[in-house]
Amino acid sequence: MKKTILGALTVASFGLPAMAQDNIEVTLGVLNDRSGVYADLSGEGSVVAARMAVEDFDAASKGLDVEVISADHQNKPDIASNIARQWYDQDGVDAILDVPTSSTALAVADITAQANKILIDSGAGSTQLTGEQCQPTTIHWTYDTAALAKGTGGAVTEAGDKKWFFLTADYAFGHSLEEETMKIVEESGGEIVGSVRHPFPATDFSSFLLQAQASGADVIGLANAGGDTVNAIKQASEFGITQSGQSLAALLMFITDVHALGAQTAQGLVLTEAFYWDHDDETREWSARFEEKFGSKPTMVHAGVYSGTMHYLRAVEATGSTDGDVVAEWMKANEFDDPLFGEGYVRKDGRVIHDMHLYEVKTPDESTGEWDLYKHVSTIPGEEAFLPMEGSGCAFANES
Amino acid sequence: MSVSDIQAPVNERRPATAGMPMLHKAIFAVLFVLLAILPMLVYPVFAMKVMCFALFAAAFNLLLGFGGLLSFGHAAYFGGASYVAAHASKVWGWTPEASILVGTLAAGLLGLAIGALAIRRQGIYFAMVTLAFAQMVYFFALQADFTGGEDGIQSVPRGELFGLFSVNSNEALYYLVLAITFGGILFLYRIVHSPFGQVLKAIRENEPRAISLGYRVNRYKLMVFVLSASFAGLAGATKSQVFQLASLTDVHWSMSGEVVLMTLLGGVGTVFGPILGATIVVTMQNYLASMGAWVTVIQGVIFVLGVLLFREGIIGVLSKWLKRPL
Repeated sequence: MKKTILGALTVASFGLPAMAQDNIEVTLGVLNDRSGVYADLSGEGSVVAARMAVEDFDAASKGLDVEVISADHQNKPDIASNIARQWYDQDGVDAILDVPTSSTALAVADITAQANKILIDSGAGSTQLTGEQCQPTTIHWTYDTAALAKGTGGAVTEAGDKKWFFLTADYAFGHSLEEETMKIVEESGGEIVGSVRHPFPATDFSSFLLQAQASGADVIGLANAGGDTVNAIKQASEFGITQSGQSLAALLMFITDVHALGAQTAQGLVLTEAFYWDHDDETREWSARFEEKFGSKPTMVHAGVYSGTMHYLRAVEATGSTDGDVVAEWMKANEFDDPLFGEGYVRKDGRVIHDMHLYEVKTPDESTGEWDLYKHVSTIPGEEAFLPMEGSGCAFANES
Repeated sequence: MSVSDIQAPVNERRPATAGMPMLHKAIFAVLFVLLAILPMLVYPVFAMKVMCFALFAAAFNLLLGFGGLLSFGHAAYFGGASYVAAHASKVWGWTPEASILVGTLAAGLLGLAIGALAIRRQGIYFAMVTLAFAQMVYFFALQADFTGGEDGIQSVPRGELFGLFSVNSNEALYYLVLAITFGGILFLYRIVHSPFGQVLKAIRENEPRAISLGYRVNRYKLMVFVLSASFAGLAGATKSQVFQLASLTDVHWSMSGEVVLMTLLGGVGTVFGPILGATIVVTMQNYLASMGAWVTVIQGVIFVLGVLLFREGIIGVLSKWLKRPL
């Protein structure tokens, strides 16, 4: 597996004399999609983010020899599982970062627990990671589908758009996203006026969009992901749906998707994110440094990898150990105050609790630059955004 | 595409003597010794993956290379069996050998149902029918409750072989997988060189003549289809125990394409070609993982080179040079 070590970065060799010192060796493995549909929102950017965390933490002077390696799991759980096992068994990896797509994340979470290491997941959205398939060594950092449903579904309904129509991808992920959002819309006093299921993947949304338009709904909720969401938004823009007074709500979308669509097409779209580069001075400063190294603005997944790595390194420094249980316990016992996510903490089940934000995509007139895409609508406090731990199905967190 | 274009004629020169030629015996022996010490050289999980795919490609080769039938839907049996085996282990708590067996049986039954319909058509129509059924299996896996949708079936326990020996460690499982795949490949070899295999080749070469000689061609075709599906299932079921998961990757059409690539690269209609082809493809996917998008580019280049320079596959060309069937 030596070849997977991508430009192995040893920070510790700077400035330290070559004399014997009891440094803790830490190897971080960034395992994500580097060639497929999620390569833009995770990919190499996550590796850059992890390295920035190592530099900013100043690991070298704190007695940590940190190395960051990476590999492409190609969104296939068997490849992810193979790499994860090999990293833990042979390459001395202590923590795996990122891991987008829920099937690969669940596979890696399992292996991580067996190996007693740490998984800090930023890219995957499945609530299963801290639900029925939770593991004591899984830290789920950035977002999950429940938080996105809560943010978009709840905040939009409370803001006055009561009638919802759902455009749902016809497979398990779409169904659960639709179900979660419907529940929240109804709890917030909204009404479901209809829903339609489209095949996965779909390219032609015209008949579904016409149904949505005819339903008289205030909001069209897009319970799908990736290419389906992008296609639906493009076609909705051609149908003039947002101009005619209905709004679109994307339930799973990233800034890279919005950037690809452009403000012209995506204007008026509402979506929930954990992080936006233009949120405050600290996120702007960090994002500028990130852009300098990587060439584009960071996504919330990149930001999650950075913050997760920071908190992990703090734990290793404090405990002097890379043992999965020990580090996980420290990470859960100590709150963090992070430049990117604000104040937050890791709950017992591994769910990271931080604020989520509802954004609306700017119109081309409002947008002043290529990446100036969002305006802030509201903040959803972390305690409300994520599912409560009770009743989540996570056995170890709910016992005693 | 006419299937007779892509077969390697080299095997036909083999004298019809009983038993295995010395050369094949020697190669199998070397292969066995190599595989027995392999866990000391490479990572066992990777080696197990290679073996599962080698068996899968060998099963596919039985159908394409010896039956002359090009199926584009072999992922259905491979993936279908991995789902059934994973479900049996995880939900019913069966031992590994029972799970693998029930997965294999399920793939065989699926092959019987699909094969019975598909063999009524030939050439490209046959390929399209198998692809269509495989897509149905894919959508079933995507939608059904027990398959877990796009999450797949995760954390499948490895359990204890016959309820006695734990195969939780990679090393223990390795030798189980070695026994299954090596046994499977030897069995496939035996099928090919049996009277049944001879009839298959006759049908592949000239179907009307085989009919005129009194063979019930469709029964032979169905039989080889079911055998191929069962062994593909055996490979898939074993893989689900190795990786402790069954996922959509295994039933996706690209998996059907991958096995075609492995078989063509190694050599259609050769004994050792699929094994080498599977080794090359899986090794590339694994060791080039850090190169991201370049993996598919490199795979494409190798395939183009293979088609241009080794039309009969690597082993096929080698066998031509040596003037001996391999």
